[in-house]
Amino acid sequence: MGIRKRTVGLWGIWLLASLALAGWLGLPLLKKDTPKTAFIPGAMTHGHHQIELQCGACHGDGFNSHEVLQDACVNCHGDELKAAQDAHPKSKFTDPRNADRLANVDARFCVSCHVEHRPELDVGMGVTLPMDMCVHCHEDIASERPSHEGMGFDTCASAGCHNFHDNRALYEDFLLAHAGEPWLKPEPVQPPRHGWRHDMDDAELVALLRGDGPPPASVKEPEHWDGNAHAEAGVACTACHGSAEQWVDTPEPLQCARCHESEVEGFTRGRHGMRLGMALSPMTPAQSVLNMHVEASHRELTCVSCHGAHDFDTQKAAVDACVGCHNDEHSNEYLRSSHHDLWKREKRGELPPGSGVTCATCHMPREVHNGDVRVQHNQSLNLRPVEKMIRPVCLTCHGLEFSIDALADPHLLENNFRGKPDIHVPSVDMARERDESRDGKKGLY
Amino acid sequence: MQAMQDVVKHKVSILMATALSALLLSGCGEEEAKPAGGIDPKVYTDSLFAVMNADRTNYTKLIIARLGPQGADSIKPHEYWEDLDNGAPLPAQMFRYGAEAVSETSSDFSYSLQSLWPINSQNAPKTELEKEGLQFIVDNPGENFYGTETLGEVSYYTAVYPDVAVAAPCVACHNNHKDSPKTDFEMGDVMGGVVIRVPM
Repeated sequence: MGIRKRTVGLWGIWLLASLALAGWLGLPLLKKDTPKTAFIPGAMTHGHHQIELQCGACHGDGFNSHEVLQDACVNCHGDELKAAQDAHPKSKFTDPRNADRLANVDARFCVSCHVEHRPELDVGMGVTLPMDMCVHCHEDIASERPSHEGMGFDTCASAGCHNFHDNRALYEDFLLAHAGEPWLKPEPVQPPRHGWRHDMDDAELVALLRGDGPPPASVKEPEHWDGNAHAEAGVACTACHGSAEQWVDTPEPLQCARCHESEVEGFTRGRHGMRLGMALSPMTPAQSVLNMHVEASHRELTCVSCHGAHDFDTQKAAVDACVGCHNDEHSNEYLRSSHHDLWKREKRGELPPGSGVTCATCHMPREVHNGDVRVQHNQSLNLRPVEKMIRPVCLTCHGLEFSIDALADPHLLENNFRGKPDIHVPSVDMARERDESRDGKKGLY
Repeated sequence: MQAMQDVVKHKVSILMATALSALLLSGCGEEEAKPAGGIDPKVYTDSLFAVMNADRTNYTKLIIARLGPQGADSIKPHEYWEDLDNGAPLPAQMFRYGAEAVSETSSDFSYSLQSLWPINSQNAPKTELEKEGLQFIVDNPGENFYGTETLGEVSYYTAVYPDVAVAAPCVACHNNHKDSPKTDFEMGDVMGGVVIRVPM
């Protein structure tokens, strides 16, 4: 009898403990912004730490499938990889003839190389990366390329020569096509940008600019409105703030997308805007893992944090907005760099428009799409590995060899390119030597 | 004896409680059953190859030969065609893009273009059956090769079909490419093979 009572008691304790555990674990899942620390097996890498509370963004609803996790990676990074002409797409590894290779590195899944929740394995690019990834498939490279004899298995990607995904500026024919270029091109100027949506016809655009009628009578024209880009384009107050009946003093953070869709899309994919892209509160410098100015800690990152609510000053957004928050060596040294000198001279009218090099010039480059010049607002896109910056940024003004060398020199990255590179990456030399050894043989095609 | 039974009951209770707790805190999985196929694998791969070969030949003859440097010279077929305003993918790339697109939508079959003399060494035969099949179609012009092999614990029906030089650009490009291990191809030669695999 005593044992039965004791058993019932233990079952009761078990039931209560299980319910309490289920409640403790389950309740935070019901509310989006509640910390889910009990479920986080380790801190996130700095590529994802802003969205660590949005477990479902990567894991889906069920935490039960490699495919769900893979789809999440592709949803955010797939377009970027396609645009980079990914040298190792998944399809390369789903072929059964590569089954033995998958036993070493299952490259069908991003997480095989880029593990999350293990920031101690981060190689400095916001992702973890096995340093021996190349050797599993290319260990006999020296038999095909004798020049590679004796090179370390971990130097393929670290020496500034190859990238796993993006080799657009590093493949042999490209190296040859740009061999011998001067370090500085004769006319180092970036193209002027287009600010409005070219996917709309004029009538649609005008309707957007006119907004929803006049603003409420109590609304006064903001100071310094005259002369700004929106005023000159004829943008009405209600285009952003809503009609008189639905007027809001502070438009939603992503309201700008109505006219600046591609810019907002880029912004919400980068580290500045990815929280907004995941329907979380805006990122603040206090949440950053980089050094930031203390006084900027609680600023919220939306379009107007850099562009201003009514001045829309792109010059300010290109430098002042960045160095107003960022307080690392690279950012601070920019103000003493020759790139910044060019920017000051452009602003004084001493150099033609597009001659200056701002933070945005490199980190938010101007891209040409069907003749339309757009500013890429995902400032993380070309950041790591640094070679991703060569084609869209460096080559606008500099030669390829100089660009590869400069980006491979860690001292220059810190001092913001004050001086010439001390490092020489021999990839162009090697391409040239190989070409000459074959008598510069060119195919018909 | 009674004490022993109590201990056993106690242990069973703990096990049941643990199992129930685990069940409460986890989901249940379910595996999908694979439908059995009814078509002869040889007919299946032969049919697939017929379509692949027709498309590949047509792209080479109707686009590359007609509009490329040896025709109207209005497009430039090139390995890095994406970097050229008038660039067009080479026939071998066009074929690979098809294989890659298929791999994204189906795991019922896979295919690739290989050669004993590949420009890209990754396209050399790799498995024993591929090596045997590629050599067979070179040694026996006009014949196909069929076999089975096990890769990564999965059995495959593998068919190898000859890839023949059907147009002048095939021969000209391979004979002049600086990475080509063979430079004396002639029209009608078996330059490589199409390998089609079907998981059994």
